[in-house]
Amino acid sequence: MQITVTVNEAAYTREVEPRLLLIHFLRDDLGLTGSHWGCDTSNCGACVVWLDETPVKSCTVLAAMADGHRVRTVEGMGMPGRLDPVQEGFSRCHGLQCGFCTPGMMLTARWLLDHNPDPTPGEIREALSGQVCRCTGYENIVRSVQWAAQYEAAGRDGGPSGGGPGETGHGPTATGVTG
Amino acid sequence: MTGRPYRSAYGPAQRKEDARFIRGRGTFVDDVQLPGMLHGAILRSPLAHARILSVDPAAAEAHPKVKAVITGETLAARNLAWMPTLSQDVQAVLATDKVRFQGQEVAFVVAEDRYSARDALELINVEYEPLPPVIDAERALDPGAAVIRDDIAGKADNHLFDWAAGDQAATDAAFAGADVVVTQDMLYPRVHPAPLETCGAIADLDEISGKLTMWSTSQAPHAHRTLYSLFLGLPEHKIRVISPDIGGGFGNKAPVYPGYICAIVGSMVTGRPVKWMEDRSENLMSTAFARDYHMHGEIAATRDGTILALRVKALADHGAFNGAAQPTKFPAGFFGMFSGSYDLRAAHCQVTGVYTNKAPGGVAYSCSFRITEAVYLVERMVDLLAGELDMDPAQLRLKNLLRPEQFPHTTPTGWEYDSGDYARTLRVALDAVGYPALRKEQAERRGRGELMGIGISFFTEAVGAGPRKHMDILGLGMADGADLRVHPTGKAVLAVSCQTQGQGHETTFAQIVAEELGLSVDDVEVVHGDTDRTPFGLGTYGSRSTPVSGAAAAVVARKVRERARLVAAAMLEASADDLEWTGGRWQVRGDPAQGKTLAEIAMAAHSSLDLPEGVIGHLDADTVYNPPNLTYPYGAYICVVDVDPGTGVVQVRRFMAVDDCGVRINPMIVEGQIHGGLADGLGMALMQAITFDSDGNCLGGSFMDYLLPTSVECPSWELAETVTPCPHHPIGAKGVGESATVGSPAAVVNAVMDALRPYGVRHADMPLTPANVWSAIQGTPVRTDLAFNGWDGRAGTNECT
Repeated sequence: MQITVTVNEAAYTREVEPRLLLIHFLRDDLGLTGSHWGCDTSNCGACVVWLDETPVKSCTVLAAMADGHRVRTVEGMGMPGRLDPVQEGFSRCHGLQCGFCTPGMMLTARWLLDHNPDPTPGEIREALSGQVCRCTGYENIVRSVQWAAQYEAAGRDGGPSGGGPGETGHGPTATGVTG
Repeated sequence: MTGRPYRSAYGPAQRKEDARFIRGRGTFVDDVQLPGMLHGAILRSPLAHARILSVDPAAAEAHPKVKAVITGETLAARNLAWMPTLSQDVQAVLATDKVRFQGQEVAFVVAEDRYSARDALELINVEYEPLPPVIDAERALDPGAAVIRDDIAGKADNHLFDWAAGDQAATDAAFAGADVVVTQDMLYPRVHPAPLETCGAIADLDEISGKLTMWSTSQAPHAHRTLYSLFLGLPEHKIRVISPDIGGGFGNKAPVYPGYICAIVGSMVTGRPVKWMEDRSENLMSTAFARDYHMHGEIAATRDGTILALRVKALADHGAFNGAAQPTKFPAGFFGMFSGSYDLRAAHCQVTGVYTNKAPGGVAYSCSFRITEAVYLVERMVDLLAGELDMDPAQLRLKNLLRPEQFPHTTPTGWEYDSGDYARTLRVALDAVGYPALRKEQAERRGRGELMGIGISFFTEAVGAGPRKHMDILGLGMADGADLRVHPTGKAVLAVSCQTQGQGHETTFAQIVAEELGLSVDDVEVVHGDTDRTPFGLGTYGSRSTPVSGAAAAVVARKVRERARLVAAAMLEASADDLEWTGGRWQVRGDPAQGKTLAEIAMAAHSSLDLPEGVIGHLDADTVYNPPNLTYPYGAYICVVDVDPGTGVVQVRRFMAVDDCGVRINPMIVEGQIHGGLADGLGMALMQAITFDSDGNCLGGSFMDYLLPTSVECPSWELAETVTPCPHHPIGAKGVGESATVGSPAAVVNAVMDALRPYGVRHADMPLTPANVWSAIQGTPVRTDLAFNGWDGRAGTNECT
């Protein structure tokens, strides 16, 4: 069957098997390998992407169900030359180690901050509780999301006071500090 | 000779790796697409123990998208049906005679896409004759038990090995003279590391050059290359193993798996690259598990709380093949570390290994080769002794911990602990957590019928395997190489044999070199995970990267620095003996105006400058680091829990971890590693376990059944540190990757048992799920390794709910 899916603002029309999973469509057909496959059973969340405005586990969504819809993946986070504050927060606060769960975590975190700009640590944990990280013990993921929330709050209050995402994008330095 | 003011390269630097991961630009094995690549899938046994009567691949071969079906027979014709394990056993690549665990590999399909490969598995017809499975490890040696390994000539039972350590006579004598002896049976259940990325590979055998390029999820690419060469008969220089970004390993990605071999044979047969990625159930059901240790512990002490001796008998369930990944001379891993952190007169342990109809493994999952089991045992025994003596468990530990003046200390089982100030670390933890106030609160809550528990664990680890004289895997000594190139402009490339699965080597090792050479961390590139680009070494597991490869990085950088000294002397027209390394450069002693940075020296070393005798040119160097001893990180952990007496639900309220891992190169990364290990320990203590029913069906085959801790089960971890540098490591580091996984389960279990004291509960086995805790409260603790009634009449995990 033919489907047309808008992924990160670009429309893709492809001939697919009806049973093709969205995660495999994104990874194998479109080459967007930032989203990962981890469990098959909707438990781990490595495959989380946005379907329209909602994070979904793309291992349990058929590509056909995304026909005519918009999908947002990690490759669509931030803007050219400018990271999403969530991405910046994950790097600054060491919210990732192996990096496998990171795209899904960041996409859920982005959704959370869009709906709750000032979440408590408990609310962050609740929002991420459908996703598994095997490396970080979650502590620094929570701090990463808090960092992004604080950065965005500073922006709303009249501009960040520095230390946020640079216009030229991310570049790791030897002097960065943990959050 | 200008330059930025000197600043140490150590510290909480943001990771170089992050730039690609936060953009989704990592390269994991399954991200790699090669031209013409085919996809493989494995047909697995539905039965735990059965004779194979026939395998008929005809219908699968007729599938229009199938390119090849490989069976045990195909492999046997090439003499590849059985492969060596990392523990001097053999393992079936694809079964030829019998299947010996549920999920065992039976056939391999190569097809044009991954869905078609899966479809074709359904078309393979396998006829089995079921055999009685051996599931309960405690009955594996019963007379009349079905013999699992009848492939081994003359094998008439399921016995694998007997191993002992310590002085039995001295231990028995200490027990005979003791005022108090406490005994306890305990199980460390079967758990699985479950990295979020499953295992997989792409094999690409070039027919023209004869070169095999193997992309794989390997923690030990060089060891794998040698093993492929020995097993497949391919010349080793024609094998390139690439471990790209790896989505977590934790020990699960140390062994060579049948799927890797199948992918290689698939590429041999089809002449095209073949990708094989297992799914989650395959990962949980067939790849290396950990633990499955059935322990009987005894502790002897005087009435005033002086611990005299420990005695342990353990039964080790290794599954159907002995696939434990550990140094050859240590069949029980480093379980001999079970005397822990205490000043004992004597200790003795005896371990018996058995085969069962379960997946192979035993040593995997951040265990430092079974120190997890050892620490769990001794820390539970010390708590039980405290209960028996009615002593505070913190006081009992403080009374018996090794004292600083006793280091270096040789334990009763022969381990030489290098350094430590244990009591100080425990006191830091007690102060940080507010121990007296917690005990007061606990007493008040108990008065109200509430179950609050405080659990302590003190652990000593042995990591950085290891000295070549004593430690090898498959005959390969555990030394690791490092190459360091310094380009003319003073930018450096370090190539190391170990491989990161998230540990941040690209950053940490760059910091080590930068620190030694006065460079910016940004000016040091770390190359790893590709056998064509890195020197030989045994890889990353057992917390060995910083202790071994980190040491190699420092040593090779110092070699470069010494060579640079000679060149600098020529540049400054001074004697090399008159130079001192200070502020990140060589300068004439006492004359800061006369100095050269490494970048300046590197350019000169590549120039036409007349170089002194002994310097041919350039600054590049290489080394092999053979550790003189293991390193011994340690720590004190305190866990606070609340238990709901009505439901058995355990809530971890607080967790304080004080680690001493020696010098911390990048404290941010160290803390992240500890956080992750604590979550693992909490998971093992409270929810993770792979159990089996009486037919050998694996009941932990998906994340629906094998529960991992999420953000809501984990507390906000509290950390503190002490720093006792390792005396024999070039930069004083000790390694930390597995410390928290090793140390934390006992703290959680001790806390829950402390909470249950009002019910008179002495012990219940992990995982302390609500059902298991509730059963313990009812006075009927269950067997958590089985989902059926054990031979001893105790109910299995699922029988009590």
